[in-house]
Amino acid sequence: MKITNYAAAAALVLSGVSASGLVHADVLVKVDGSSTVYPITEAVAEDFQKSKKNAIKVTVGISGTGGGFKKFCRGETDISNASRPILKKEIDDCKAAGIEYMELPVAYDALTVVVNPKNDWIKSLTVAELKTMWEPGAQGKITNWKQVNPAWPDRPLKLFGAGADSGTFDYFTEAINGKSKASRGDFTASEDDNVLVQGVARDVGALGFFGFAYYEENKDKLRAVPIVDKEGKPAVAPSIKTVIDGSYQPLARPIFIYVNAKSADKPEVKEFVEYYMKNAEKLTKEVKYVPLPAKAYDYNLGHFAKRDKGTKFGGENKVGITIEELMKLEAK
Amino acid sequence: MNQQELQALRTMIVAHKRWDMMFGLLGILALMIALMTFTALFADMAINGLGRISWEFLTSFPSRRAANAGILSAWVGSVLVMLVTAVAAVPLGVAAGVYLEEYARKNWVTDIIEINVSNLAGVPSIIYGLLALGLFVYTFGLGQSILTAGLTLALLILPVVIVATREAIRSIPQIIREGAYACGATTWQVVSDHIVPYSSAGILTGVIIGMARAIGETAPIITVGALTFIAFLPPAPFTGEPPAGVFDWLFAPFTVMPIQMFNWTSRPEAAFLANAAAAGFILVLMTLAMNGLAIWLRYRLRKNINW
Repeated sequence: MKITNYAAAAALVLSGVSASGLVHADVLVKVDGSSTVYPITEAVAEDFQKSKKNAIKVTVGISGTGGGFKKFCRGETDISNASRPILKKEIDDCKAAGIEYMELPVAYDALTVVVNPKNDWIKSLTVAELKTMWEPGAQGKITNWKQVNPAWPDRPLKLFGAGADSGTFDYFTEAINGKSKASRGDFTASEDDNVLVQGVARDVGALGFFGFAYYEENKDKLRAVPIVDKEGKPAVAPSIKTVIDGSYQPLARPIFIYVNAKSADKPEVKEFVEYYMKNAEKLTKEVKYVPLPAKAYDYNLGHFAKRDKGTKFGGENKVGITIEELMKLEAK
Repeated sequence: MNQQELQALRTMIVAHKRWDMMFGLLGILALMIALMTFTALFADMAINGLGRISWEFLTSFPSRRAANAGILSAWVGSVLVMLVTAVAAVPLGVAAGVYLEEYARKNWVTDIIEINVSNLAGVPSIIYGLLALGLFVYTFGLGQSILTAGLTLALLILPVVIVATREAIRSIPQIIREGAYACGATTWQVVSDHIVPYSSAGILTGVIIGMARAIGETAPIITVGALTFIAFLPPAPFTGEPPAGVFDWLFAPFTVMPIQMFNWTSRPEAAFLANAAAAGFILVLMTLAMNGLAIWLRYRLRKNINW
C-alpha cells in the first residue's frame, strides 16, 4: 500500500494531475494466458457478465500459455488459460511464490494437419512421415515431397506452422518429434493462424498445422489430412467424433484453466468458475472446440469444491492422452 | 559573345531545365507512391469495413459473435490513454526543448544530451514497453492501468516532442530575442511572452506526429498488460457504488484499438476480419480528428501572432 501511494504521488507529479489515486475496489475476475483457450473463456466471460448484469466484471488477456503462467505465479491473475499442462519450472515458480491452484480441463483441441485441396497425392500421413518432414535434422535437407516418400511427386515442400512461443508448437513438436520445441527452423512460422491458412491455401505443395477451429472455418480452402498414429492402425481424420472416441491420435490435446486457490475463496471467482463448468459444453461447441463429456465438468466442479490442488500431469506435456484417460485421471 | 557561345549557353539552359523537370516528376512520383499506398489501404479497409460501422458498433463491447461485437471499450481506452499521454508528454517535452534552446549553455554536456534525445526517437517501442513494465508496473506499483499505458506512450513520444519544440524555437528570428532582452526582459519573460507563443504552431505539429504514432502502438501496450476481452468502461468520476473519485479511471484495466484489431484479424471466423477493417477505419478517423484539432489550434494561435 505504501508503495502504491508513493507511486501514485510520483505519477501525479509526472503527469501533472493532483488528486488522490486510490485504486477503486471493483468486483473483478482477472483471466490471462493462452490464445487457444481464449475463445472459450471469452464466450463464458461474455455470458457470465450479462447474467450478472455487470455486477461482476471479467477481463481476459492473451499473453500465451507461458506468459499467462508467469503472471499467474506472481499472483497477478485469478485464472490462467493454458493449452498444455503446467510444466515443472512453472510449478516451482508458483510454489516459490506460495501460489496454489486447481487444474480444470475445459475442452479438447485437435491439431489439424492440412494441405492444399489441389494436392492429390496425400491420402493420409503417418506420424513417421510427419517426423521426417519436421524433425530438426530435416532442416535444409528435406525440401521436396519426393524425399519424404519416393512415390510422391517432385514438388517443393513448403511448411507452415505455429510460432515457437505457442503451446501449439510445444505440443506438435512433442507429439511428432518426441521432444518439446525440437523442430526444424526453416518453415513459415506465425502466431496468427490466419497467415498459415492463407499460406497453405495458395501453394499446392504446402503443408501446415493449426487448431481445428481454423480448419472448420476454412474448409473450402484447405483439406485436413487423416493421421496414422502407429503402423497398422487406420488413418483417422480430425473431427469432434474422432476426438471424443479417442481414435484421433496423437494430435488431440486437452486444454485447461488453472484457478488460484486463494482467489477461489472470493465469491466472484467461485461463481465464475462454477458458471464456466456449467456452460462449458454448450459454449465450447459454439466456438468450434471439442467439449469434454458432461461428467468431466461435474468432476471439475467436485475438484473445485474440494479445493483439490496441484496438477495431475506431473509437470510434463503428456502426448496422446485420450478423453477417456483424462477422465480416469480426473476421477481420482 | 559570338553566335557559337550563345548557342552553347542556350543548350546548357535547356539541359538544366530538363533536369529540373525530371526532378519535379520524380518528386511527384515519390509523393504518389506514398499517397497511393495509403489510399489503396484506406479504400480496402473502407470497402471491407464500412458495412460494419454503425452506432451499435461504436457502443457495443467485444463479443464472440462477430455481428454483435463492437469497439466501445477499445475506443474509450484509446482516447483515455492518449489523454494521459498528451498531459504527460507535452509539458515535459516542451519544457525540455525550451531549456535546451534558451537556457542550456552550449557545451559538450548539452551536445551529449542532444545526441541522446535524437537517438531515443529511434529506440524500438517494445523497449519502452519493457522499461515501463519494470518501472511503472512493478517498481511504482501503478498496475496494468490506463495511467501506466499513457505514461509509457508519453516516454515513447517525448523525444519527438522535444526535437519538434527545438526546431520550432530555432525558426524564430534572433532579433525577437535581442529586442526583448534589449528592453530588459528576463529569460523567463522572453520564453513565456515570445518564444513559446511563436513556436506553438510548430510544437503542435510535433505533438501530433508523436500522438499519431502513439495511438497505433501495440507492442508496448501489450507488454504493460493491456487486455483483450474487457466488457466494461473505466469508472467515470463520481459514479458507481461506492462513488468513484475524480481520477479512479486512471487505475482501471483497459484495452486499445490496435489490440482489438489485432485480435480480430487472428480469429478463425472471416466475419471478424470485417470488424477489424471497420475498427481500422475508425482508428484512421481518430487520427484525422487529432490532426484536424491541431490544424484548428494552429490557425487560432497564428492569428494572435503579430511580428
